[in-house]
Amino acid sequence: MDFFGDPTVWLPFTFAALMGVAILVYVVLDGFDLGIGVLFPFVGDDEKDQMISVIGPFWDANETWLVLAIGLLLVAFPTAHGYILTALYLPVAIMLAGLILRGVAFELRAKAPKGQKEQWNRSFYVGSLLTSLSQGFMLGMYIVGLDYTLNHVAFACLTAVCLTAGYAFIGATWLIYKTEHDLQRRAVRFAKFGLLGVIVGFAANSLASPLVSPRIFAKWFTMPEIFYLAPLPILSGALVVLIGITLRQMPHPADRLSWLPFAAASSLFCLAFAGLAYSFYPYVVPDKISIYEAASAPESLFIILLGAMVVMPAIAAYTVLSYVVFRGKARALTYD
Amino acid sequence: MELDTLILSRLQFAANISFHIIFPTITIALGWILLFFKLRFQATGDEKWMDAYRFYVKVFALSFAMGVVSGITMSFQFGTNWPGFMEKVGNIAGPLLAYEVMTAFFLEAVFLGIMLFGARRVPPWLHTLATFLVAFGTTMSAFWILVLNSWMQTPVGFELRDGVVHATDWFAIVFNPSMPYRLVHMLLASGLTASFLIAGLSGLRWLLGDRGADVRATMKTGVMIAALLIPLQIFAGDLHGLNTLEHQPQKVAAMEGNWETRGNVPLLLFAIPDESQRKNHFELKIPSLASIILKHDPAGVVPGLNDFVAEDGTVMHPPVFKVFWSFRVMVGIGMLMLAVSWVAAFALWRQGFDRLTPWVPRALVVMTFSGWFATLAGWYTTEIGRQPWLVSGVLRTAEAVGLVAPVMVFSTLVMYLTIYGLLTLSYMFVLTYLAKKAASGEMAPDDVARAPIQRAIGVQPAE
Ligand code: HDD
Ligand code: HEM
Ligand code: HEM
Repeated sequence: MDFFGDPTVWLPFTFAALMGVAILVYVVLDGFDLGIGVLFPFVGDDEKDQMISVIGPFWDANETWLVLAIGLLLVAFPTAHGYILTALYLPVAIMLAGLILRGVAFELRAKAPKGQKEQWNRSFYVGSLLTSLSQGFMLGMYIVGLDYTLNHVAFACLTAVCLTAGYAFIGATWLIYKTEHDLQRRAVRFAKFGLLGVIVGFAANSLASPLVSPRIFAKWFTMPEIFYLAPLPILSGALVVLIGITLRQMPHPADRLSWLPFAAASSLFCLAFAGLAYSFYPYVVPDKISIYEAASAPESLFIILLGAMVVMPAIAAYTVLSYVVFRGKARALTYD
Repeated sequence: MELDTLILSRLQFAANISFHIIFPTITIALGWILLFFKLRFQATGDEKWMDAYRFYVKVFALSFAMGVVSGITMSFQFGTNWPGFMEKVGNIAGPLLAYEVMTAFFLEAVFLGIMLFGARRVPPWLHTLATFLVAFGTTMSAFWILVLNSWMQTPVGFELRDGVVHATDWFAIVFNPSMPYRLVHMLLASGLTASFLIAGLSGLRWLLGDRGADVRATMKTGVMIAALLIPLQIFAGDLHGLNTLEHQPQKVAAMEGNWETRGNVPLLLFAIPDESQRKNHFELKIPSLASIILKHDPAGVVPGLNDFVAEDGTVMHPPVFKVFWSFRVMVGIGMLMLAVSWVAAFALWRQGFDRLTPWVPRALVVMTFSGWFATLAGWYTTEIGRQPWLVSGVLRTAEAVGLVAPVMVFSTLVMYLTIYGLLTLSYMFVLTYLAKKAASGEMAPDDVARAPIQRAIGVQPAE
């Protein structure tokens, strides 16, 4: 098979890769702001305002990555898009309800009369929680191939809880990076709990996915592959240890290394994602439809790619600009 | 009417898009108006423009957030309820949607952060640039989505291969026959919606005794923009109708409630179209006016609905009653807008602010959300008028629907309707509350608590 000569081969592959990147970026970026929403009820009122201020300028752009990911699925793999989304009809609807609730609560908690603030705080939390849980549930159902059997649903419920813990974890590391004093100390505690959840989640997923899918089992536990793949779990383990050690020493008086937990958590998400991507390739609907079968017409993909090559660098540049503009600590009740 | 998956999915789609569109309609134009306030401030140094900016940037932020979350729902709808749509026309709809995400959504979302929270962190020129880019981004969104919608109304530049649509001419697709009309009409609609909103909120503050320089400035801006745009809108609407007559005569026949193809067709001010008997009840008409409007000739022949019934009796025209009445609601509100904005402009000119009769601000308050109703009525005319097709002549709505169980669609529909109802009410309530609060001069509960944090992290109190 001539990879670059044949546009019906390299275009679907490129789009699958782009989609993967969009999902990964989404999970890391919206992960931290969803996670902060999940942690909302565990802090006091002043701290809630601080937590909002560390995600305020970013959340909208973060969610746009979800729109891009679903957009790429829709434009590049239309049949798979229909298949996946009708199979996940209910969890998608619940996720959307969650996203709506938290998105508007963001604004309304600050603008509605004082007496209603409490109520919008609650919908921010409930919305974030529903979103995280339903995304985790969908991930689980997707891993097992979108068939609703009792075992599969149980597995999906497990991933729902684990992904939510993962989001809370990365949210806590973002708080460690962006805040100080009490809130930072509290964030360190959250991160420790979250890390436990992440460890359980990794273990459960790594055990369960080969069990529920013989194909995935075969891809990982055969001879020479197991050696090429070994770095993935080994690196992940090393990162977990690194995070654990750093968290024990936090908060550092001079705030040294406060960026480290977030960076390490993001890397951990990347590794996990790479593992998943390896398991699924070349399928876009696990074990049913491959990316080559589902792809749109090459002319249409090409015209999108053309635009993407011009626009994506610009998007990357101004996304970086915005993180540079809003760098540094968000500080509560102190003057500069 | 049996509640099957098709009907439920259509209701759900209509609910979702109706909820979505009302917020972009505000933000598309409000972005440009905010830029105007900001530039006026920079040019004159007059604080009132900055006060105006600070107030309406809150309205903008809230509307934008509502637009974003409902927009995300929209992008999932295609897959969850209309899988047949992408399977058939994905090769054309896909790239158009992808360009919208890439050229518009990221632009507006990223720069929105800088526009709302960055005023103290970036140099003034960059803040102005961010404001410009947000306004530009919302307009680009409108452009791409209207290209797609217009293409669905008047599809060109494609061929069918194995029953799937393939693009042959992208230029023709983007600049399809109804696109320029629809884009212009929609952008004007947005301008009118935003200007009546501003005029209405200013009117409310005026009535509550808040008569500061900023309230005067925004009331004047709102009234002037409205008075300027409404004649243009009526003119553009007329052209739009002529274009539709050429490409979708059955839709115009339904809009006019005209059953037989003939000359001297009257303009119906009131009627109850009855599809079972194929005639109208209780007509109230102006002789020959429809022929004059559509053909510029009293004897001009206007197509009738009966031409669109197949030999075997299959009806190939849209539901008449709904199209007929949506169209009248839109045009009626348009006429009302004309009257109110011109009378208000005249009163501001002759009486000035100091002797202004309270009837002017009262009328403006009543019209605060009029743009919403006209816009929705216009879209119902357009979209219901395209039925039974989803993509004219290419794909029927019934062919695109997904195989989801009716109970599922029913439960999500109930869920969406509940959320949307509550949020629309909260939104209207909060806008009114913001106006009242500004009028009473009291600081927001939040401004007090957050001011120190905001200063420390450079967040504008305007949020
Ligand atoms: C503030 C909103 C507003 C106002 C005051 C008007 N319209 Fe409108 N109209 C719209 C907002 C709108 C819209 C929501 O933007 C639509 C729906 C789709 C489109 O392209 O524009 C529309 C559609 C639409 C169509 C449908 C064309 C088609 O899809 O085939 C026609 C013929 C007109 N308009 C004509 C008019 C006339 C003669 C008006 C005179 C008063 C008028 N409109 C006022
Ligand atoms: C923004 C204003 C819009 C409004 C208020 C609106 C409203 C509606 C309504 C009421 C229907 C149902 C027609 C019927 O069932 O008789 C419909 C159908 C539909 N419209 Fe629109 N529409 C809008 C814009 C768009 C755009 C921009 C697109 C595409 C990009 C679109 C795509 C569709 C589709 C796919 C359907 C099929 C579902 C159905 O027939 O119910 N609409 N729309
Ligand atoms: C089926 C049709 C539609 C889909 C799938 C859709 C999708 C979306 C999505 C995903 C967003 C959020 C973008 C973000 O994350 O920043 C959005 C926002 C937006 N949409 Fe839509 N949309 C549709 C119809 C329309 C129509 C008809 C218009 C206007 C004519 C419109 C104008 C906008 C604008 C201006 C925004 C920016 C956010 C805002 O102002 O609230 N959209 N849309």
